[in-house]
Amino acid sequence: METKFINTDTLPFCSGCGHTTISRNTEKALQKIGLNLLDVILVTDIGCHGIIDKAFDTHTVHGLHGRSVALASGISAGVNNPDKKVIVYIGDGGASIGMQHLLDAAHNGYNMTVVVHNNMLYGMTGGQPSELTPKGFKTPTLPQGATHKGYDICGLVATAGASYVSRITGIGDISDQLAEAFSRTGFSLVEVMEICPSYGVKSNPGIKLKTLIEEAGIEIKVYADNEPKAFETQERNDLPSLFSPSLEIKEEFTHRLDKPVRLFLSGTAGEGVQSAAEMFIRAGMRCGLQGTKKGSYPVTVGVGFSASNLILSPEPIFYTGAPRPDVILVTSEDGIKFARKLIDNAGEEALLIIDSTLETPKTRARVVSHHFREHFGGRNAMITALFEYLRQSNIISMDALKKQFMDSKMAANTKLKALIEETFGI
Amino acid sequence: MQALIDGSRLMTEALVKAGAEVFIGYPITPANNLYLFSGKRFKTFLAAPDEITTLQWMSGFAAAGKLPVTATSFPGFALMLESINMAYMMELPMVIVLVQRLGPATGTATSGAQGDIALLNGMLSGGYSIPVISTSEANDCWEMAENALKTAVELRTPVILLTSKEEVMTQFSFDLDTLKEIKAVERKYYSSDGKFIPYKRDERGVPEFLPVNNDRHQVRYTASTHNENGILEGITPGALNNTISINKKIEKNIDSYLYYDLEKDDASDTLLVSYGITANAAREAAVRLRKEGRPVSVFIPKTLLPIPDKYMNIMSGYSNIVIAEENHPGLYRKLLFGVKAPTNVHSVNAIGRMINPDEIIEEVKKHGN
Repeated sequence: METKFINTDTLPFCSGCGHTTISRNTEKALQKIGLNLLDVILVTDIGCHGIIDKAFDTHTVHGLHGRSVALASGISAGVNNPDKKVIVYIGDGGASIGMQHLLDAAHNGYNMTVVVHNNMLYGMTGGQPSELTPKGFKTPTLPQGATHKGYDICGLVATAGASYVSRITGIGDISDQLAEAFSRTGFSLVEVMEICPSYGVKSNPGIKLKTLIEEAGIEIKVYADNEPKAFETQERNDLPSLFSPSLEIKEEFTHRLDKPVRLFLSGTAGEGVQSAAEMFIRAGMRCGLQGTKKGSYPVTVGVGFSASNLILSPEPIFYTGAPRPDVILVTSEDGIKFARKLIDNAGEEALLIIDSTLETPKTRARVVSHHFREHFGGRNAMITALFEYLRQSNIISMDALKKQFMDSKMAANTKLKALIEETFGI
Repeated sequence: MQALIDGSRLMTEALVKAGAEVFIGYPITPANNLYLFSGKRFKTFLAAPDEITTLQWMSGFAAAGKLPVTATSFPGFALMLESINMAYMMELPMVIVLVQRLGPATGTATSGAQGDIALLNGMLSGGYSIPVISTSEANDCWEMAENALKTAVELRTPVILLTSKEEVMTQFSFDLDTLKEIKAVERKYYSSDGKFIPYKRDERGVPEFLPVNNDRHQVRYTASTHNENGILEGITPGALNNTISINKKIEKNIDSYLYYDLEKDDASDTLLVSYGITANAAREAAVRLRKEGRPVSVFIPKTLLPIPDKYMNIMSGYSNIVIAEENHPGLYRKLLFGVKAPTNVHSVNAIGRMINPDEIIEEVKKHGN
């Protein structure tokens, strides 16, 4: 047969190696299906099989150990055309390392055929066993033989959702079995059983592949033959800009700031600290101020403290930190704990607004204590503390914060709305 | 148009406008906002199961002619390292946004840092260069994002867009009308009918590109040492020359992606040097020092790596240099001046918090003017 895909009579493998059988039968199978040379993308892993690239005149990609299936998944999804045939050559070692990638590719149904060259050991690094080495099989680094049954890679990818899976013996003409897999859309896998003529034969003298397969209970069969489920890459061309007009904050009120003011809000997660902080900054922006808001909370988000650094300034803001805030607002026990150091370090010019249920820590700051929790509820304590701050300081128009509040979901609570209107005279 | 936004939003929009087509990622604090915005904005968005897969999928997309982006933080970036080496060897364009947080290891996910620059300097085995472009203010989240993607395409290389927690998570008021227009980067493909040699270089040292699914010419990609035909060859002169040429490509074209701010005050003999999140503290310190009648110059490198000769020339004109960065050892200072800095080079360092302008002012007053 005239070769079309392979450009040499001399393949780079040891005499008697099953890798030669796979390569030659790949040529034959591709010819049977009638694919064009440049319709094939051959992706190879690390291992003896991976040095085949230069013998193929198809597109070739040679990546990292164990990662070829992930790389091929990206190629397959990037190409997004089932008429292009992505073939992955990988060893039992690479398949062990990249097991997750195989399961994932089968699960997603990426268009590709993976050919696992299972010679039951890592051939390039002296012959250590892989996760696919059958029980009892000896290797140079494991002369007593593998104590565990190898993973059933065919069963695993079949369970994960592969379209077509088979295990075959790598002897003789295997082109029909390979062609069957190559002709499928979606994810297909063929595990080809081989014995490494260097390390496998030396460590297991007199061994015959067929006997070994039989004795190890390895099944030679088709594991999955399903309706093809092929991945299609979604391309959404109609997505709107992230700069939606609804982001606009118009200047419509006035402020009385001639220098920056830095606030530190400290409360409990789930009690509206971040949303109150955002309302306040937006209110400041409605008055023509610049603002920054930096949130702090534990990674679990929904438990413990929740704090926010706010800066409002008539001038551009560079540094967004506030080691010595002008105003500290504390609405809960969590909040006190988190703000403790700032309260300790606060000077006489600072203001501490604190809920009256909390014991006021020793501080040089001027203290204002109010029944925020009791009157408005824990979840509304911070926004009402900010209303109180504004009533005392007048730094920005009360109407600006009122507008933010009225536009928020909180205003749907008519009782709260009325209470806030009454208390703060808005 | 005034809006309350964060750097993640600016960066995502800029990358899409500049022509990035696919975001692939695995979420990690503090890069999550980039992931969330990208899911709403990128033409194609794929949720990868981990960071190794992320970089492999991105490489596959890039080989197929698409422009991929991801965003991560150190623990994820560490997993990506081998694959970034691969993408570098394959000369695949892509942008990796690295949002720094406090390390080592998992460190503190919710605390910012500038602790990864030394890693980036040595991340390629062999010590080769990879472009690292950083943000230092809100507008950089727009312009440097665009520049990172353009550089990736023009030089056929992965580019690291370096930022940090506060830069992409802190919300700030911003006038969106001040942003410059971004046009999508133009992709050029090999168009001749002559044999395509995958790693043959043009006058800038950049190989022409063809996607791995084209019907006209065979394309070969390999992570192993290879000659210009993409054939794995070991240490032949052709293959070694190709490896060196990849590095040369990055270094000799530095002027095409050299970004920095230099505010010179001719009356000053002190230069404040800072980058990333600390740059704004340095800018504020300079404003306040000038108000006090102490002139200082400010140098904010944005192209952090490779370090161009020009930076050394800029700094050589000052008798006092103060470098501020949010890490303990003074990582960028060491890259600029070696393990033992000259006596006129001073450091301001901190971990677990942003550096305060007061600290920078204090350091300047100790030494200059």
